[in-house]
Amino acid sequence: MSRITVTVDGTKYEEEVEPRLLLVHFLRDRLGRTGTPIGCDTSNCGACTVLMDGRSVKSCSVLAVQADGADILTIEGLAGSGGWHPMQRAFHEEHALQCGYCTPGMIMASIDLVQDNPDPSEEEIRSGLEGNLCRCTGYCNIVRAVRKGAQELGAAQ
Amino acid sequence: MTDTLPEAEIGRARRRKEDGRLITGRTLWTDNIQLPGMLYIAFLRSPMAHARITRVDTSAAKTQPGVVAVFSGQDLADEQGSLPCAWPVTEDIVIPDHPPMAVGTVRYVGEAVACVVATDRYKAADALDAIEIDYEPLPAVLDMNEALAEGATPVHEGGNRSFTWQFGTGDVDAAFRDAPVVIERTYVQQRLIPSAMEPRAVVAQTDGDTYTVHSATQIPHVLRVMLAATTGIPEHKLRVVAPDVGGGFGSKLQVTAEEVLALLITKRLGRPVKWTESRSEGNLTVHHGRDQIQRISLAASADGVLRGVKVDLLADMGAYLMLVTPGIPLLGAFMYTGVYKMDAYDFTCTGVFTTKMPTDAYRGAGRPEATYAIERAMDELAHEIGVDPLEIRRRNWIKHEEFPYATAGGLTYDSGNYEAATDRALALFGYDKLRAEQSDRRDRNDSVQLGIGVSTYTEMCGLAPSRVLGSLRYGAGGWEHATVRMLPTGKVEVVTGTSPHGQGHETAWSQIVADALGVPFEDVAVLHGDTASAPRGMDTYGSRSLVVGGIAVLQACEKVKENARQVAAHLLECSPDDLEFTGGAFRVRGTGAAKTIQEVALATFAAHNLPDGFEPQLDAGSTFDPEAFSFPHGTHLCAIEVDTETGESKIRSYVAVDDIGNVVNPLIVEGQVHGGIAQGIAQALYEEAVYDTDGNLLTTTMADYLIPSAADLPDFTTDRTVTPATSNPLGVKGVGEAGTIASTPAVVNAIVDALSPYGIRDVAMPCTPERVWRAIQGGTS
Ligand code: FES
Ligand code: FES
Repeated sequence: MSRITVTVDGTKYEEEVEPRLLLVHFLRDRLGRTGTPIGCDTSNCGACTVLMDGRSVKSCSVLAVQADGADILTIEGLAGSGGWHPMQRAFHEEHALQCGYCTPGMIMASIDLVQDNPDPSEEEIRSGLEGNLCRCTGYCNIVRAVRKGAQELGAAQ
Repeated sequence: MTDTLPEAEIGRARRRKEDGRLITGRTLWTDNIQLPGMLYIAFLRSPMAHARITRVDTSAAKTQPGVVAVFSGQDLADEQGSLPCAWPVTEDIVIPDHPPMAVGTVRYVGEAVACVVATDRYKAADALDAIEIDYEPLPAVLDMNEALAEGATPVHEGGNRSFTWQFGTGDVDAAFRDAPVVIERTYVQQRLIPSAMEPRAVVAQTDGDTYTVHSATQIPHVLRVMLAATTGIPEHKLRVVAPDVGGGFGSKLQVTAEEVLALLITKRLGRPVKWTESRSEGNLTVHHGRDQIQRISLAASADGVLRGVKVDLLADMGAYLMLVTPGIPLLGAFMYTGVYKMDAYDFTCTGVFTTKMPTDAYRGAGRPEATYAIERAMDELAHEIGVDPLEIRRRNWIKHEEFPYATAGGLTYDSGNYEAATDRALALFGYDKLRAEQSDRRDRNDSVQLGIGVSTYTEMCGLAPSRVLGSLRYGAGGWEHATVRMLPTGKVEVVTGTSPHGQGHETAWSQIVADALGVPFEDVAVLHGDTASAPRGMDTYGSRSLVVGGIAVLQACEKVKENARQVAAHLLECSPDDLEFTGGAFRVRGTGAAKTIQEVALATFAAHNLPDGFEPQLDAGSTFDPEAFSFPHGTHLCAIEVDTETGESKIRSYVAVDDIGNVVNPLIVEGQVHGGIAQGIAQALYEEAVYDTDGNLLTTTMADYLIPSAADLPDFTTDRTVTPATSNPLGVKGVGEAGTIASTPAVVNAIVDALSPYGIRDVAMPCTPERVWRAIQGGTS
């Protein structure tokens, strides 16, 4: 067992964890933060994407102990007092989700993408989100949403 | 009261009500559920495709840390029953016993043989290693033709033929006799893994008397009936809940071993239990789709006018028959005549057992297979007589003035306009320009060739008229139920028997109610997916929800309105016939007097002043059982660039014009079309479940089974034409499967078109770069 200190969505947690515990299981089973889902066991689907110290990671491929000292932002911590994050709003407005299972990861990955590239082209969005799979939407509306979210984030700055 | 009527809700691109919880992570997926004292189940699965189990020893596993119980198939043999098959398609069909955990023999890799119940998921998985099982291998049975051959190893005692089902109209021999043109082709529908993004999960709990099962299922109502029948737990003691469900595509239209076992284990142990599959477990054991060998023959006149079609199909059932496994090819049986006219049609299908995961419904279920075969074969006919693929379709399709039309496939298509959809698609696509570019590239012998693929599809939707299902020996009906409740404050609750998992019923049903009752969209709540709150239903699959369930909602609203009319007339002291209902209010014709439906709801709740003998409530339920199917259709066009040096192909443009009748929410419709097209393209280019020669599944992970990512797919251009269905009062046809049905042949036709100069007339799916490259090598050498 190792003792770790992790901040998740603004709350600081100190927990004893098994060395093999995955960050995503730590979030879901230990902290009850089930907003981040699991879609695979080979780090292919991206459903579990969160921001760790500001960068997107697949939380199924990070051990909880590796997150010691880190600041984690999940989909649950994204909306602020002013309401939804612009990327959340864009996904809603562009109908970029159907079942919504990929959506938390897709939104977190998109935020990281536009952090690096504030005005991505369709092609850049498509290749930037290659690690996040969606079975429902065919991606057209996801691409539109990311463009819209990027524009709104740009306008807000 | 204002006299300007609110904008009609039906037809409006409303943003979805369900999005809020999904984009903020407040969703209730089954795996999110944690209950006090909950235990976790992990399954030990067969590593062998076919073997006798000679020894099972669970004693060591039982002593592992955190382990509460271990069960083998034998341990539960007396109570686990047999997983149901609800579609015995013929009288003499062989339906083998299907124990949820194997007893005596395993018949596919991944079949559950034992399970551990422990205090957390890691401990449960750890203890699986301590279970000892000895197997005595038997030959794997993998190829359908070999399975049917004399002397083949039987998967079950009754042999490897489950059934042969036959259907026909007209004199097909006459149609083929002396036909100037006969086309005979064999197509293989590769095995697919549905791959909903949410893995399956189930939580079962009991208070000692009643049972609750939460499951990631498309069919809570069917599941309740089937779990009761399988486990013997009386139906009224059993509640099934489908909470938020992360996609299905047919894969969660099932009664699974894990659901039955979770229920039995909670019954045994008296504690809540949870099982969540891993993706690799899911690829092995979520039922697979497709897997058919289709032999199709067309007979035509010298100028390509169809006389008849013959189809001979082998359908891989896998190792067992699951809920509707044998019915899947039948859902395609009536669609091989497509949009075309002909005199005669003959269809024969044999269901074959192999030692693989059972197949069952996957988006389109039978209809994509049928559409693929006929749309591919029509291109072959066009090539044979030397006309454009569009021209061969024009010569043969049902003209818009010929509807309603009784097809050789035995169905009556009520409406359609193939000309209009095709013209629109051609305009959006720029067909002539692309053809010009294609011939230019051919002339230049360009290493990148352009192919153009056409698919003019139709499908039967809105499963289904109960009588028709009965005549096909399906075990249930196809009706759907809705209850509409007027709350005292004028808000409305809709209880629907449909069970959405991404389709947006909360939004679409609210739009229907808002128009029917004249209430604001925001004032409607939709309850679904819980047999306690929504006790009657047939659930969501087969593009049926709007076409059947949406109509039930509309009809229930009409009944509520009639109830309210009685009260309004009483309050306004007039005859009910003097009232007109507009803008959410009953108005006395010719006077200004009116009562809103909300006022009527409150007056009914108070019940101080109601008509004599009137029961003080407005609520109403309605069950809709359609009399006929609906027939969406459309024209999809695909332009694809094929690099003849690498075999790689890239879709350059994709145009879909679908006619799904009237539309409740164009935004949701467009999303369904996009997702459907993507799944059809995935079959054409990327996906295949591959078993090795020992019967091991090689594509167990998302790294091996290639679901397309955003980078693999183009943007789609979509549009609609509208020919309303005549079989329901909304004129809707259903849209869930259209894209998947249409797109696979459009893409493969485009690839074959690109390779035509090389003498290539077919590429097996998925048309991977390697296959295309090999075809070119073979074609040119
Ligand atoms: S669950 Fe993490 S990548 Fe799939
Ligand atoms: S919305 Fe269902 S997987 Fe993306």
